[in-house]
Amino acid sequence: MEKKTRRDFMKTLGVSIGATGVLTSSLLSSCNRVEAVSGDKIKVLTAGGQLVEVDISQLKPAEFPSLSENQERGRKGIPGKSWVMVIDLSKCRNARECMKACQDHHQLRPEQHHINVLQMQDAEHTAPYYMPKPCQHCDDPPCTKVCPVNATFKRDDGIVLIDNERCIGCRFCIAACPYSARVFNWFEPRDAEKYEGVTYNIEANVPQKKGTISKCLFSADLLREDKLPSCVSACPNGVYWFGDRNEDAVTNGTTKETVRFSELIKDNAAYTLMEELGTKPRVFYLPPKDRAFPFEGDAPDHHDA
Amino acid sequence: MNKIESPEESRKLLDKIFKDLTRSIVKKDELTRFWFFILLMFIGVGLWGWIIQVDRGLGVTGMRDYVSWGIYIANFVFFVAVSLIGFLLSSAMHLLKIDWVKPVSRVAEQIAIAAVGLAGIIIVMDMGRPDRLLNVFLHGRFASPIVWDLTVVTTYLTISVLLFYIPLIPDLALLRDRLGSQVPKWQLKVYSILSLGWKGNPKQFKTVYHAMRVLMILIIPVGLSIHTVTSWLFASTLRAGWDSTIFGPYFVAGAFVAGTAAVIIVMYVYRVRHGLKDYFEDKHFNQMGKLLVFVSLLYLYFNVNEFLVPGYKMKLAEGIHLSNLFAGDYAPMFWFAQIFGLFIPIILLLFKFFRKPLPITIISAFVLVSAWFKRYIIVIPTEEHPFLPIQNVPENFHHYAPTSIEIMIMLFSFFAAIFIISVLSKLFPVITIWEYAEEKGIDKKYLSETPKN
Repeated sequence: MEKKTRRDFMKTLGVSIGATGVLTSSLLSSCNRVEAVSGDKIKVLTAGGQLVEVDISQLKPAEFPSLSENQERGRKGIPGKSWVMVIDLSKCRNARECMKACQDHHQLRPEQHHINVLQMQDAEHTAPYYMPKPCQHCDDPPCTKVCPVNATFKRDDGIVLIDNERCIGCRFCIAACPYSARVFNWFEPRDAEKYEGVTYNIEANVPQKKGTISKCLFSADLLREDKLPSCVSACPNGVYWFGDRNEDAVTNGTTKETVRFSELIKDNAAYTLMEELGTKPRVFYLPPKDRAFPFEGDAPDHHDA
Repeated sequence: MNKIESPEESRKLLDKIFKDLTRSIVKKDELTRFWFFILLMFIGVGLWGWIIQVDRGLGVTGMRDYVSWGIYIANFVFFVAVSLIGFLLSSAMHLLKIDWVKPVSRVAEQIAIAAVGLAGIIIVMDMGRPDRLLNVFLHGRFASPIVWDLTVVTTYLTISVLLFYIPLIPDLALLRDRLGSQVPKWQLKVYSILSLGWKGNPKQFKTVYHAMRVLMILIIPVGLSIHTVTSWLFASTLRAGWDSTIFGPYFVAGAFVAGTAAVIIVMYVYRVRHGLKDYFEDKHFNQMGKLLVFVSLLYLYFNVNEFLVPGYKMKLAEGIHLSNLFAGDYAPMFWFAQIFGLFIPIILLLFKFFRKPLPITIISAFVLVSAWFKRYIIVIPTEEHPFLPIQNVPENFHHYAPTSIEIMIMLFSFFAAIFIISVLSKLFPVITIWEYAEEKGIDKKYLSETPKN
């Protein structure tokens, strides 16, 4: 049990290093050499933003899978799972905690959105509403079809992933995606120097690379640790449900309540985005009915106030 | 096409034809040097721009997450379009035994080689990671239209080079035997190697005819595929403005228009610069004019289909796209391309006066510029209007405008294409000498005679 926690911690650490900017890769390599308990403590930030103190000898980068292993298991997916997301539009008030958490997790610049909260109005006189829009993880994805090098692909667990070690940067997938879900690294990615030397994790698409593509991955790295995607757990308003369709269970990121997926989408008349295109999205929307918050147009800065 | 019986007359005429058609090869003057200097300078500047782009990332361009294909791709489509003329003039019309195209077919092949070569280069320059080009071969997926495009572009380039080279072999032998001290030694050596020991006996000519015929037939499906597949890069997506079933023939028809105009311009340049008035005759311009009207009418028909049918229905996303073209930001470019690139040329070229060399060259210049605008309009406006709103991004994500780096690289591609054409015309005759001589009634046996100097 203890060992597992430590390994989990190490994985979290691998990702949080650059994101928090507290550790550098030189620390990791120095830790590699110190095996016995040294008594030297060091303060580190976890992905959750907690400051903790650990013994230097406990930092073991070797437990992180090698690049090729990571790519291999990243392509296969998590066995037996079939991930789905349900977004309750009646609960969203444009707090944008999901966008923030996502950008921190995936090393994204402020203008790069794996998830983007859009202000929608379907027709001239209908009510406007906020719509968080991640990658739809289509079961018939137009983006993977057009990729010339198989750098973006559909896994058995339903996630559409990217291998930015292989991407040639042709941007055909951007053209093909009707949901505008994909972003490109037009420049050096955010905090590039802090991520230097960090082993690429295909399931988080971190470190990002200049000249390659990125998009929402349902935080596949966190799913592997039995955690919810970062946007889902960051939401303060209970917008997101996430889970496994095979188990027919989805969990709310805010309340941690778990319900039957089939009942949730049936009772609330869930729909998918632009279903007429035949892409078969894995993201389900509950209509913005009986809304918890009024629509207030542009982003109100809830957290700064 | 009367056979000239007298050997004296035959020899004299052949000498004259040879002299006229090799004048550009033999001639050394300041203007030519200056021309190559200008071309190389622009090529250098463009390559420098590309180095900056590789170093800093594609962010130095005006492209962003929504408009992620810009003028590089528009340029790519333009080059593929122009290259298609090689297939039309030197293959399809040859096979239909339309004799007047013979002197024009090498010009068409020069343009085809230059354009398809640059199409290949510009697509690499558009890549975010050109260093990973090999991945396309290592991990290529045959389900991707890009892989189809790569296949047909390289095949078309190969066949075009062969279709340029094989009819050139007898000419190379002529150059080898007759130019003597008029050109540097290395150049003679090149001719000698490339002419593959050509002797000019009937068996060899039979082989050349046979090979040309095979290539001309082979290039038809490849030529049609190259531009059809290029159109599928767009038509295979779900985007409004690209999601069209007629994109293949629409692109092919447009390609004939652009390519015919390009050939007319190059013909005119050769006619004036190399004094080839008796070779690129008024009748050739006249015929090319008629061809341009014909392909323009075909293109007009596809334009009516492409814009009027969705314009009648005005489905939501298509409607936004079309309003943008007809009356929005892109209206000036759209109407310029339609009016000056299609309507007016069709009307003017119905009159014989406008099919004379100078007027038709000016008209062709408008047609070619319009063809480029048209490619811009096909590629960019669609991307500015995705299905979901563009929000929470900086202002420059909403609209595309090419940056100076993009313009540098675009100029590189134009000047590099002109450079290839210039080199080909400097090294090799711009009209197939032996074919032309035969056309004038000179027997083949005189070709293999070495003239007494």
